[in-house]
Amino acid sequence: MNAPIPAAALTDPTVEPAPDAMLTVRIRRGDGFQAFTVARRSAQTILDVVTEIQREQDPTLAYRFACRVGMCGSCAMMVNGRPRWTCRTRVAAVAEEDGLTLEPLRNLPVVKDLAVDMEPFFEKWTAAHGAFEPGDAPPEDFAVVAPDSPERRAVDAGIECINCGVCYAACDVVAWNPDYLGPAALNRAWTLVNDVRDQGQAARLKAVSGDAGCQSCHTHMSCTEHCPKALAPTFAIAGLKRATARSALKRFGSRHFRRSA
Amino acid sequence: MSAGTQTALPRRGAFRAARPRAGFAAALLHRLSGVALALFLPMHFIALGTALQGADRLESFLGLTHNGFVRTAEWGLVSALALHMVLGLRVLALEWFVTRERTALVVSVCVAAGLAVGLLFLLGAA
Repeated sequence: MNAPIPAAALTDPTVEPAPDAMLTVRIRRGDGFQAFTVARRSAQTILDVVTEIQREQDPTLAYRFACRVGMCGSCAMMVNGRPRWTCRTRVAAVAEEDGLTLEPLRNLPVVKDLAVDMEPFFEKWTAAHGAFEPGDAPPEDFAVVAPDSPERRAVDAGIECINCGVCYAACDVVAWNPDYLGPAALNRAWTLVNDVRDQGQAARLKAVSGDAGCQSCHTHMSCTEHCPKALAPTFAIAGLKRATARSALKRFGSRHFRRSA
Repeated sequence: MSAGTQTALPRRGAFRAARPRAGFAAALLHRLSGVALALFLPMHFIALGTALQGADRLESFLGLTHNGFVRTAEWGLVSALALHMVLGLRVLALEWFVTRERTALVVSVCVAAGLAVGLLFLLGAA
């Protein structure tokens, strides 16, 4: 989904539609759906379709986008029941016999039509201690982190997240428990748990455990399957499960098996 | 400028819901088989407990289990046990060894393996 469209694909019949081909697009607006008809075009993306509807047919349609090239993470929507970046999803790849169904991202409050309020998503980022904690007396010199150290590799695996909310919309646990921190926030926490410079690890591990934290993950793999950046929040959450378990065992051990002086 | 027409809920792409995925099915089966096993455990302990009161009590209790319903339930339990084990091994492999999987394929193989054990049990009992 993320790969650039090769030149050869432009002659592909699935990319180059038949002349006069039309597409039925059902868009959720409030409680109901509204149907629009737009012309199929060459290498057309879902975002192209929504933009065409808003500019040519109904200027009151609300949606969100910025970069159009898969960098900003603001155009995600539910396309035929799956969360996707609309700018990097071609109509030809996802249209079904009866067209397209577009809905706002799941698990987030709707502002209007296809635009959702991302506030809860970013609040959880903060709740999971998603900010670097330098400590009270950070060292004055640069820290040396070997690029091939296991910790640095673990950080690399999850650092490319751009907060598009696709994993959050894909997650069933968020749908069941609105307090659940969600894959993106936990993935961010895991990158910081592996940051050897960070001084806030105990508080972070406490924040990501418990009923709303990593232990609630059911390993459905939805976040990992849908992530447009091909990240694997499931494995980040599994890492947090191991880290929180290890820290709990250490605390238990030091409390009950401490060597008496 | 024409506004689109109001329309009923689409046939697919359910209301504000992601489509079910293989990983969801795996977690559901894992949970249901686990609950079935948990419900069975007290029965199992009762059966074993009767042995403490002598061979006759155990035999008479086991006699109750020879009807068709209990036989069918036994097949279900063996399948549930096998299913719970393979799905649990899948989760352990994912979480401890961080292996990228083809979820639909792996879950299908797990379910097939669980049901195959149930089938073997049926063949053995026949």
